[in-house]
Amino acid sequence: MKLLKNHPKYVHFIALLTVFFLLCLTVTPNETNILWRLPPLFAGLPGSINGFAEHLMYDWFPVEIYDPELEEYETSALVRELTRGFSRGVLFCIEFVREILLGGVKTIVVFTSWDFVGDNKWAVWPALPWTVVSGGVMLLGYALRGKALALLAGLATAYIAIFGQWEPAMETLSFVLIAAPVSCLLGLFLGAVAYKSKAAETILMPLLNVAQTMPHFSYLIPVMVFFGVGDHAGAIATIIFATPPMIRLTLLGLKRVSLEVIEAGAMNGCTNAQMMFKVLIPTARRDILIGTNQVIMQCLAMAVIASFIGAKGLGFNLLLALNQLRIGQALELGICIVLIAVVLDKLSLAWANKQTDYFADYRFVQRHKYGIFFLVFLVACVMLSVLGKFIFAGGINYFHLIPHNQGITTELFWQSGVDWMVENWYRGLQTFNNWLIIDVLMPMKTAYLGMPVSATFVLVMGIGFIIGGLRSALIVGGLLLFIAFTEWWDRALITAYMTSFAVLVSALIGIVVGSLCAQNSFASKLILVVCDTLQTFPSFIYLIPVIMLFGVTDTSVLIAVIVYATIPAVRYTVEGLSSVPATLQDAGSMAGVNKLQRWVNIEMPLAFPHIMLGVNQTVVFALFMVIIGAMIGTDDLGQYILKALSDKNGIGNGLMLGLCVAFLGLAVDHLIRTWADQKKVALGMA
Amino acid sequence: MTSQAIKNGAKPVIKCSSVYKVFGENAKKLLAKSNGRVDAKIFKDAGCVVGVNNASFEVYEGEILVVMGLSGSGKSTLLRCISRLTDTTAGDIFIDGQDLLAMTSKQLIELRRSKMGMVFQNFGLLPHKTILENIAFPLQVKGKSTDDSVKRALEMVKLVGLDGRENYFPRQLSGGQQQRVGIARSLAVEPDIWFLDEPFSALDPLIRKEMQDEFLRLQGVLNKTILFVTHDFNEALRLADRIAIMKDGVIEQLDTPANIVLCPATEYVRKFTEEVPREKVLKIESVMDPAVDASLLGPLQVSNGAIIYTVAEAILTEPKHVAVINTRGEVVGSIHSAKIISMLFGQGNATHEKV
Repeated sequence: MKLLKNHPKYVHFIALLTVFFLLCLTVTPNETNILWRLPPLFAGLPGSINGFAEHLMYDWFPVEIYDPELEEYETSALVRELTRGFSRGVLFCIEFVREILLGGVKTIVVFTSWDFVGDNKWAVWPALPWTVVSGGVMLLGYALRGKALALLAGLATAYIAIFGQWEPAMETLSFVLIAAPVSCLLGLFLGAVAYKSKAAETILMPLLNVAQTMPHFSYLIPVMVFFGVGDHAGAIATIIFATPPMIRLTLLGLKRVSLEVIEAGAMNGCTNAQMMFKVLIPTARRDILIGTNQVIMQCLAMAVIASFIGAKGLGFNLLLALNQLRIGQALELGICIVLIAVVLDKLSLAWANKQTDYFADYRFVQRHKYGIFFLVFLVACVMLSVLGKFIFAGGINYFHLIPHNQGITTELFWQSGVDWMVENWYRGLQTFNNWLIIDVLMPMKTAYLGMPVSATFVLVMGIGFIIGGLRSALIVGGLLLFIAFTEWWDRALITAYMTSFAVLVSALIGIVVGSLCAQNSFASKLILVVCDTLQTFPSFIYLIPVIMLFGVTDTSVLIAVIVYATIPAVRYTVEGLSSVPATLQDAGSMAGVNKLQRWVNIEMPLAFPHIMLGVNQTVVFALFMVIIGAMIGTDDLGQYILKALSDKNGIGNGLMLGLCVAFLGLAVDHLIRTWADQKKVALGMA
Repeated sequence: MTSQAIKNGAKPVIKCSSVYKVFGENAKKLLAKSNGRVDAKIFKDAGCVVGVNNASFEVYEGEILVVMGLSGSGKSTLLRCISRLTDTTAGDIFIDGQDLLAMTSKQLIELRRSKMGMVFQNFGLLPHKTILENIAFPLQVKGKSTDDSVKRALEMVKLVGLDGRENYFPRQLSGGQQQRVGIARSLAVEPDIWFLDEPFSALDPLIRKEMQDEFLRLQGVLNKTILFVTHDFNEALRLADRIAIMKDGVIEQLDTPANIVLCPATEYVRKFTEEVPREKVLKIESVMDPAVDASLLGPLQVSNGAIIYTVAEAILTEPKHVAVINTRGEVVGSIHSAKIISMLFGQGNATHEKV
């Protein structure tokens, strides 16, 4: 009784676990037993969604459309015509940017005709020499930040050009250059709407939560159904995926504008529009630009995944190389994507952190020095590339453009490296692999699959109840119930098992590494930079080295997941530990604690809620990666999403599976967040 | 100034009658039920917070009315009701005879662009604009040409003594300098009414004193109608023509500084006045006796507007009665050193009364 009074939560937990194990032992595994598995009530839902999408695309609201090529009117569905028109617009924009960078005739064709281009040989837009793009990026880096960034940009672009990946890289870039601005504008607009209207915010917020926990693949299927396949579809999927963080950061930024600035604006007689564009948005500039940075990162993360529905570029080539198990080439392509990601990340962050300059007393030349310099540079580079025609007569004009896969390559080196590793390490790696699968993963998987549905619900809702009361119990219960009613409960359990294994290992590594690094200010700075850099890598990249080592197995996927998911755990641990107030540290020192005592008694208790938020991120990262891992073969939800992708009627399945993954993530997110918030309030740190 | 203003029949620029501001969902309903008798406790139980409770007063042309109160007393809320930054729950507010609460948002914007200026506690400057751009902002918003607004803004820069810093950004200035920018911006459109919301509270004591002097200098030149909010009683005494002391949304007393010190209306107001050295606040006229026969007067004469502290030493060295004269040199009363002594050390001084 005394125990119950002093530690009610412990007693609750023990009771909960007792009930859980009792249920696990007593419920018989039988398909008709409702305590074992719930009936798939939602099994018909994907079909209905398919039917609805089909109706929308082919039958709903027929309109008469004039077809200029057949010179007659046709009947078509409104939605279909709208999406077609939109696709055409997006495709035109992408082609336009692409041809500025790489040259071509399609833009000219749009304004004339194929016949015109065929008759006039001169009607071809010339490709920009790579030196111009490279120099332009360097100049931008110098203007925004300084020499270091210019150097990084220069090296990165030179690498891409010299290794013969210029063309796919520019294809990827052209697609980012369209998707990112559209996402930013859309996000800015929706964020502003949510700021203005409480109702819009209440509607948007849960949608954003789901959107940010849905796996990337799930976006591809509806986009494919409505917009077809190709660069434009990839761009549209990317836009949908990249907009949510922009909305969030815009809203956050606008909310952080101090009340006094808003009142000052009102007292100066601003109209609503003046208030938004002259006061609110400029004042929230930094947060909004951080949002832009997020958008660019998301666009690159999608670059590989969008290639599933036909987006050209580095991602497509990477996928191809991986499928052919050409590890060396995949690695080079991966490095290209990483370089583009890092450079764009640094450029956009530099832009966000740059303070506005004042030009009052400058003359024209001073004011536009970078622009003028770029023009001079452009002319020089073009002349150089013309000169190059004569120097490298007959061969490749290295000053203009190095054709795809004809630059330097290190493929053979990597390939032989892989061969060497396979030869020499095979036994060791294989033993480890077997041990992990047979002694750890299989038993864990069996245990998860052996859990009766009733026991799972008791456990999860019970934890919800202990942490956040009835409300939390109902929220997580509701989220799980959706999954339980679909046909994929077993798949979801497998996803959960892989994720929880990865999260356990990641959190452990993260907390240990983070705690060690936090002991020293130089080490913590260094590890934060490493985390920052690793976080800019698109998630897909992590698969390349593990496939190199372990081949295509569950182990590879798990290791990739663990590496990827450890990043937030480390980062939040370092941040949490270093944000312990200095007065408390001093109080500890004066009490004479040693390092271990300090860590156990002062730092850990105070930093733990923040570290748990890191674990929360770890869960989301791990879930995403597990799903992506499906591409190299696992048998969880991700595999089924991939199957849906290749199915013509996959939209219903794809969406439902996406929601299953999202709801898994949201349930964990809700539990950890509620707990961490309470704890932070209790510690007076909120 | 006020007493003169009222005597001269000056018209009220701001007129509030029975203004209420109640925060909370059912504020309007509750207020309608209460028949104007608002009890904060009952409202609190219903989930409402009373910000302003039945405020009625007028501010006359060229007058400085200081609203004084501790944090949470509703002083800033009152100011925001009058500038209509928050909506008033009940009551009427008239600006130059126009019904403020009936205005459309268009009229309101027009009013703010032409007649109102406001200074904020934490300056409320736009971080992405330079000093000059910040000051020119209200003019640009109004649609004035860039040339005109820059010209006017430069004048304002000079007025507040920031010449040479017009191309700085707010982040590059000290707090005092930032508030000078805030003042310049609020004056850029030449408003008739000037709202100042704790303008000097975020500044260090020395800078605060300097800014108060600056404020008085500006008002000497500009002669605006001013509503000034502060939590500093000494600041209120220094600057005010009249002071309104607020507590829990209610105006406890609204009077001239001398009257507030001499006859506090409530126990709450008296507590504020206790610590105040009266000789540094009161003028001779508020303690002088009626004029006595000329034979009793010494050669010394003091002005009726002089603060007691500044002339006390001279009066104490004069054995005879001292004549008090007004600005036209007419004798309006007399004062004796005994009065000053009792003022400084005797029963009359509340500071010592308590000991």
